[in-house]
Amino acid sequence: MKPTRVLMLGWEFPPFKSGGLGTACYGLTKGLARQGVHVTFVMPVAPEGAKAEFVKLIGANQFGKNIKVLQIPSTLAPYQTADQYAEDYAPLSTKGVYGRNIYQEARRFARVAKIIAKKEPHDVIHAHDWMTYDAGIEARKVSGKPLVVHIHATEFDRTGDHPNTYISNIEYKGLKEADLIIANSNFTKNNVMKHYKIPENKIRVVHWGIEEDDPAYHLNYRSTINKKGKVVLFLGRITIQKGPDYFIEVAKKVHDFEPNTYFVIAGDGDMMPRIINRAHELGIAEKVIFTGFLQGADVHKAFQMADLYVMPSVSEPFGLVALESLKNKTPIIVSKQSGVSEVLKNCLKTDFWDIDKMTDMIVNVLRNQALHDELKELGHNEVQKFNLDEPARKIHDVYKEVIR
Amino acid sequence: MTNVCLYFQVHQPFRMRKYNVFDIGHNTNYFDEQKNREVMQKVAKKCYIPANRVIRNLIAKHDDFKCAFSITGTAFEQFQKYAPAVLDSFEELASTGAVEFLNETYHHSLSFLHNKEEFADQVRMHQRMIKENFNQKPVVFRNTELVYNNELAKTAEDMGYKAILAEGADHVLGWKSPNYVYKPKTTRKMRLLLKNYKLSDDVAFRFSDKSWKEHPVTAQKYAEWIAPILGDSINLFMDYETFGEHQWEDTGIFKFLEHLPAELRKKGISFNWPSELAKIEPKDELDIHSPMSWADVERDTSAWLGNRMQNAAAQRLYSLRRDVLSSGDATLIDAWRKLSTSDHFYYMCTKWFNDGDVHKYFNPYDSPYEAFIAYMNILNDIIIRVKGDEQKGVGAALKRWMSVS
Repeated sequence: MKPTRVLMLGWEFPPFKSGGLGTACYGLTKGLARQGVHVTFVMPVAPEGAKAEFVKLIGANQFGKNIKVLQIPSTLAPYQTADQYAEDYAPLSTKGVYGRNIYQEARRFARVAKIIAKKEPHDVIHAHDWMTYDAGIEARKVSGKPLVVHIHATEFDRTGDHPNTYISNIEYKGLKEADLIIANSNFTKNNVMKHYKIPENKIRVVHWGIEEDDPAYHLNYRSTINKKGKVVLFLGRITIQKGPDYFIEVAKKVHDFEPNTYFVIAGDGDMMPRIINRAHELGIAEKVIFTGFLQGADVHKAFQMADLYVMPSVSEPFGLVALESLKNKTPIIVSKQSGVSEVLKNCLKTDFWDIDKMTDMIVNVLRNQALHDELKELGHNEVQKFNLDEPARKIHDVYKEVIR
Repeated sequence: MTNVCLYFQVHQPFRMRKYNVFDIGHNTNYFDEQKNREVMQKVAKKCYIPANRVIRNLIAKHDDFKCAFSITGTAFEQFQKYAPAVLDSFEELASTGAVEFLNETYHHSLSFLHNKEEFADQVRMHQRMIKENFNQKPVVFRNTELVYNNELAKTAEDMGYKAILAEGADHVLGWKSPNYVYKPKTTRKMRLLLKNYKLSDDVAFRFSDKSWKEHPVTAQKYAEWIAPILGDSINLFMDYETFGEHQWEDTGIFKFLEHLPAELRKKGISFNWPSELAKIEPKDELDIHSPMSWADVERDTSAWLGNRMQNAAAQRLYSLRRDVLSSGDATLIDAWRKLSTSDHFYYMCTKWFNDGDVHKYFNPYDSPYEAFIAYMNILNDIIIRVKGDEQKGVGAALKRWMSVS
């Protein structure tokens, strides 16, 4: 049988990434390569600063000959809100270097994708999230091959149910046009059905896995803070979707029971000033540590120094970061509004809004070594099941289904 | 040719509330009144009432029919509170003279493994309860979850019991048959009665399993299995909730029970009480050191004491005993004892959590971790109740005790 050739449209790839999607695409292409699938990965190029580092990564060609990475100069950074984009790139756009806004970038990506679709032979097109949906649709017009759109997060997830209608329209168009849709959890699938009225039989759920290993998982990092008290970690973008505002309220309540606890907030985002202010208002500023945006080994270090990782996401389509925490042997509390809570057993789960319950859980993990250790050991054992071959195999099945 | 010995375990725990960290120091209401009432009334309707009716009819119909019950104190109290009709029907069974009651720990606890004095106290409480309500002085002892070893047999003998029950586990029996009466190695005259787990579990677990090749099991078929077996007694030990609760009425479980004595009689098989088996000469001695039980494939104590949480919780509970008892506070003592019920530890079991099997069905909590959290919160409240005053404040008392484990 001839190998399946995929034209994959994405926007980020490690180490240049702002969220879990780069990691996910990296893992997926790697897994697909092992399945014998030939992937051409098309993505916008990172802004200048990150370029050298980025090229080095793909130049390393770690996936063997089955994957080819093509770059289109672009400034796409999908996790930004439209406002954030305007703010970040305003100085550059006046110089005429980058597109004036994120929508222009998406359109530019679509135009280039058309050209590539002509040049690169493929059997199926696979587009990741709304930024690439137009590109996917354009590519299909050129090649006539089936289009699979992958939904890692809906606009409703990202904005706490206050969607930017321009984006939700593109998202809707992509979902409607697609031959099949891959959702990364039942949670996401339900959102797609609820917000876009897409029929269930068009959606396949593929839960995510995690890379088998990385030396950074074994650093056993401890910080000087660990000598002073227990550490509770928040790690993710500081945006409404991730629930940092719930985290800081919980931190105050935990502080009342266990005043010797430190709260590390790792990440960056538009809500950061608000969270900093709130920490002051609550009188716990000296116990709350902001690290800013972390990447690479620093992410692993943050997990390893933490006694507990809390993911209070308001709407988390999957939540790969929870798996990363367990892999770093740090027990987790995840919100029930997450895809990962569907598949993990050895963790604590609560509704993101249930501040008292979250407090109860955190205080007990901090107080009871037995609970901490049990969650740590069984969680770490359980996460070994979440490899990348399983999702890759399921996605390969989706390709076969749609090519047929 | 042999006889059959039927013993049914009757038990309901006092399930805890989802007691959280904010309740500590403010709320001494530990148990979920509503949930416990609901469960008791549901099980009464589906199991206890109809099953007792069947047993009552069997006693009336067959003059050789007899069986044994062990009713825990926690079940008894909940009958009193939520389902007094069940209690009436047990009293009625007791008055027929065909029913024997066994002794165990009042609170269905594993206290024998943790604190011998507490164990003795709870057994005495159970003796009193059985005597006062059913007017019997049991001579046969069964420990919670059939947890058993040499040491327990010796202790039970010292307390005056003539026989004790245990699981007929393969790993201790080897080639020996569970259908004979044995003597525990460490005792002088004690008798050990072993559960025939295969035939017992055919009813308790497999009865409604359609993928089982013997399904459906009729009383006639079951009697045919028993008839050719050699031995002193086929000991069929099971949860009474098997009838109507674990196996629903529509599986035909009540019909099975109704017809069993007649089918056995056709084969010339009759019934014995455990106390009658205590008079039989033992076939051999059994030497059992590490505790075994009737649970799971392992037949050990790992369902209750198999992980760190369970061990930490048990250690904390029993470490509080002296302070709780010397408080003289009857409500506090009562609550503390109710926390010794083995079910609380079973809820914390992570062994089979990943397979989501039977443990999950019985667990009122979303996970073993949440069961542990509620339990430890309650113990922390108890620490404050017994230690709070002398330590000048809640925080200090907690701290001191937290540092112990």
